[in-house]
Amino acid sequence: MRSLTRTLVFAMAAAMLLPLASLAEVPFPDIPKGKGDQCVAPTDVIRQTHMDLLVHKRDQTMHLGIRTKQYSLRECLNCHVQAKPDGTYPDIDSKEHFCNACHSYAAVKIDCFQCHVARPDDPK
Amino acid sequence: MSSNNDSKRSRRTFLKGTAAVATGLALAPGVRLLGVAQAKADDEAVTGAVRWGLLIDTAKCSDCDVCVEACHAENGVKDQGDPETTPQWIRKLMAKDKMTGHVVTLPMMCQHCEHPPCVDVCPTGASFRRADGIVLVDRHICIGCRYCMMACPYKARSFEHVDVTDQAPHAPRGKGTVESCTMCVHRVDKGREPACVEACNSTGQGAMVFGDLKDSTSSISMALAEHGGKQIRADLGLNTGVRYRGI
Repeated sequence: MRSLTRTLVFAMAAAMLLPLASLAEVPFPDIPKGKGDQCVAPTDVIRQTHMDLLVHKRDQTMHLGIRTKQYSLRECLNCHVQAKPDGTYPDIDSKEHFCNACHSYAAVKIDCFQCHVARPDDPK
Repeated sequence: MSSNNDSKRSRRTFLKGTAAVATGLALAPGVRLLGVAQAKADDEAVTGAVRWGLLIDTAKCSDCDVCVEACHAENGVKDQGDPETTPQWIRKLMAKDKMTGHVVTLPMMCQHCEHPPCVDVCPTGASFRRADGIVLVDRHICIGCRYCMMACPYKARSFEHVDVTDQAPHAPRGKGTVESCTMCVHRVDKGREPACVEACNSTGQGAMVFGDLKDSTSSISMALAEHGGKQIRADLGLNTGVRYRGI
């Protein structure tokens, strides 16, 4: 009886792990290359804290009028969103867009671009 | 001008003069000092040492709408086809005195009150007054309740009813939030004039003056001191930043 229970538990655990195994097969996104050699902070810092940096900068700009370039959403786009060969910029919903490439992989929805335009300052 | 103001002014003039010499600028008479004297550094926070204001001379303002066109082009406000829902950051009004037949036209927009009713009623703190007197909506925290639109005596605010695409990079706008004249805050922070004022003075009637109400030597303060300027609905005691002449 006891061994049957153990077998059952193992079977259930295996069944639960199956979807996880298939998740691991989602390929790491192909992150579009930006302009220049170096981001405004090391990549691992940016990956972990970009949302906090952006919110902090957002409040400073909105309420205090501080318009420095570091950690500004517009400057992220200016470097990281580059024109496609046909001269157009990738749509925010496509995986070619720098922000969406990771965000669709991580399944984290962003609403920045309901208001902000998702392309660099100077079109063309 | 009182002697007290004279002494203040001479000190300011002296300081401005030394700044101009230090940067090697030769200022011709009539050249605006806005760009040189009042542009703040990008990393500098705005302070209450300045208060931005507008003076509109209705005697010069005529039947044209370059200010409206310029504002909406600058901030990416487009006609949505339905006049009931298309946002208006600025609009032209016409007022006629029925007895005399005298007609006045003027641009109406956010009056950038010192005591703004929209800020009083906002339940989230999205509607706020910046230290330099510019009244804004922080659309990151606006929930679109439109209480501010009800409270504003000037009907200056609009609600964005539809999805917005292809916004101007400096003027983010989106569905479900309230918006209004920002006094072109992105330009003011860079030491430039609002788009309406620039357009009015270049291709319009030259009826608008922009400047610092707290600086007694600014062109707006001098014009106000000389000719005066009225607030619309002065009875409400809001101390508006936008003043009108000839109404």
